[in-house]
Amino acid sequence: MPSIEAVNLTKQYGAFTALSGLNLKIEGTKCVGFLGPNGAGKTTALKMFTDLIRPTKGEALINGVNVHTEKKKALASVGTLIETPEIYSSLTPREALTMIAEIRGIPHTERKKRVEDVVAELRMEEWIDKRVGKFSKGMKQRICIASALLNDPTVVLLDEPTTGLDPRGMSEVRDIIKALKGKNRLIFMSSHILSEVSDVCDEVAMINHGKLIIYDTLPHVTAKFSGGNNVVEVGLMRPVDNQIVTKTIAGFPDVVAAEKIGDKDLKISFSGGLEVQERLLNDIVKLNIGVVSYKPASSELEDVYLKLITATL
Amino acid sequence: MTQTNFESKNVVPSSIAQVGIITKYTLLDYVRSRRFFIMLTITALISVLLTVLVGYYRPAGFLTSELGFYSSWWGTSVTFVIILSGIFFGGDAISGEFQNKTGYFGVPNPIRRSSIYIGKWIAAFIASIAILGVFTAVTLGNGLYYFSGVPSQFGESLLFALLYLVAVLGFTFFFSSLFKSSSMSILLTAILFLFVFTLIQQLVAGLVQIEPWFILTYGSQIIGNVLTSPYPPNITTASLRPGGGGPTLTTYNATIPEGLAIMGIYFVITAVVGLILFERKEFN
Ligand SMILES: Nc1ncnc2c1ncn2[C@@H]1O[C@H](COP(=O)(O)OP(=O)(O)OP(=O)(O)O)[C@@H](O)[C@H]1O
Ligand SMILES: [Mg+2]
Repeated sequence: MPSIEAVNLTKQYGAFTALSGLNLKIEGTKCVGFLGPNGAGKTTALKMFTDLIRPTKGEALINGVNVHTEKKKALASVGTLIETPEIYSSLTPREALTMIAEIRGIPHTERKKRVEDVVAELRMEEWIDKRVGKFSKGMKQRICIASALLNDPTVVLLDEPTTGLDPRGMSEVRDIIKALKGKNRLIFMSSHILSEVSDVCDEVAMINHGKLIIYDTLPHVTAKFSGGNNVVEVGLMRPVDNQIVTKTIAGFPDVVAAEKIGDKDLKISFSGGLEVQERLLNDIVKLNIGVVSYKPASSELEDVYLKLITATL
Repeated sequence: MTQTNFESKNVVPSSIAQVGIITKYTLLDYVRSRRFFIMLTITALISVLLTVLVGYYRPAGFLTSELGFYSSWWGTSVTFVIILSGIFFGGDAISGEFQNKTGYFGVPNPIRRSSIYIGKWIAAFIASIAILGVFTAVTLGNGLYYFSGVPSQFGESLLFALLYLVAVLGFTFFFSSLFKSSSMSILLTAILFLFVFTLIQQLVAGLVQIEPWFILTYGSQIIGNVLTSPYPPNITTASLRPGGGGPTLTTYNATIPEGLAIMGIYFVITAVVGLILFERKEFN
């Protein structure tokens, strides 16, 4: 099984500790989201997993191999995208990617096809023979993602892969990542877009001030911090009376709490599954308060995130 | 548990093969980015200028003897061509990877940093050899136009020039791995080679009156000196006052073994230190 492991991984810049004794072992075929506020140490950790910087203490292992002391072996089957790389501006994507393909040892006979395939996957076919120098930020980002996927890596390390991409690009990259999971891959990606993380990741690791706060499966993390309740958001076409929310709705069976989050928006947490969710919708509609939307709250992970991050400030 | 299940089918090439890959794409970049052609143009301009001046003014220093021709033509300008090549191809070879963030694309791959360093060095060497080749061809072309033969010392001088090129590139690569800013490393290398080295050399020789054996440009003098006959003496002390007496001026000329040693040692030390610096340098 593919794995990445941080053993007491520490990075100090002078007296400042950017990453402090990170112990984290991720193993198997899955996507793990790496969360934390700006300056938390995400990029620092990922750089040590790619030998861009050296650990002050501890070690970074990929598939059991120390990245710093045996870089060539450790990165043999790894695809990476750290920060925003630049490509030699006079080269074309075809040339730059062929160089990476050669370095990673993709056989001569497959190189051309692999390069064309990943470029097509990132929808850059039209640009494959144009010089990178004139590309926009998002176009370069697409080529860099293509380079990460080039050798069909078993471990993929991505640092905010969708930054700079247009909305369609973001959703395409998410689909690519989801597809990778189906191919026996381990993906470890940092992101600030929590909806993206809920969408593609199976597990999350959260750090703040260089320390690991939590590492668990996504359902566990959200359940632990939302008290095991489900949350729905209700959109209305006109403002609603406070009484109706705090008394009537909060009084429905299985409802744990109901609150107004805007003039025309409600948030209701309830215990139970889909049956309760359906009955609740029926009951609310019968109140005739102008329900126009009803959906599970997408901000569950955000709630957890905010709770955890403020708790450790 | 099946190990092969997740392991890559690709076999990562040997480090030596990877050096070749880096060399190939660095050369492609030199050609594409016009860096090579700018350097070629400069060399062509120097060549044309020399050809026209010598052809028109027919200066005696150039045209009285075969050896004098090569000494005046090649001996005085080839080091300049070599230094320019070194700055053009080596000045930002490593610092550019940091400043332009191209290192983030190439370095996090299954390749040793030393393979990247050596690959880029070889590319710079090949590109400089091509430039030097053009300058050599122009020199020989003119030489054969005015004289029938080529003095054997020219062959030696050419070999010394190659060694100097090796040392200069070793130095520029070392210098470029000291910095994270391309313009800084290019500028400082240029200032060092074009002014500082010669200045220190003259100060040391003139004021301190010791042989400046620790300066690379001092060693490079053998390229021109081998073309003078007889070979200039290692140390000459001349009186500044006509008729002798009073303050004296000592001039130093590197002997051939000295020159070879200086250039060789410069290369070895700067190559080793440059490699270590790049290995240890962090992308942040
Ligand atoms: N070269 C350096 N010298 C000193 N401090 C540094 C250096 N590089 C990073 N840091 C510090 O290390 C900390 C962690 O930075 P890092 O880039 O890992 O954060 P991050 O979690 O990736 O943040 P973001 O979400 O903004 O990308 C920051 O406080 C940063 O200021
Ligand atoms: Mg970051």
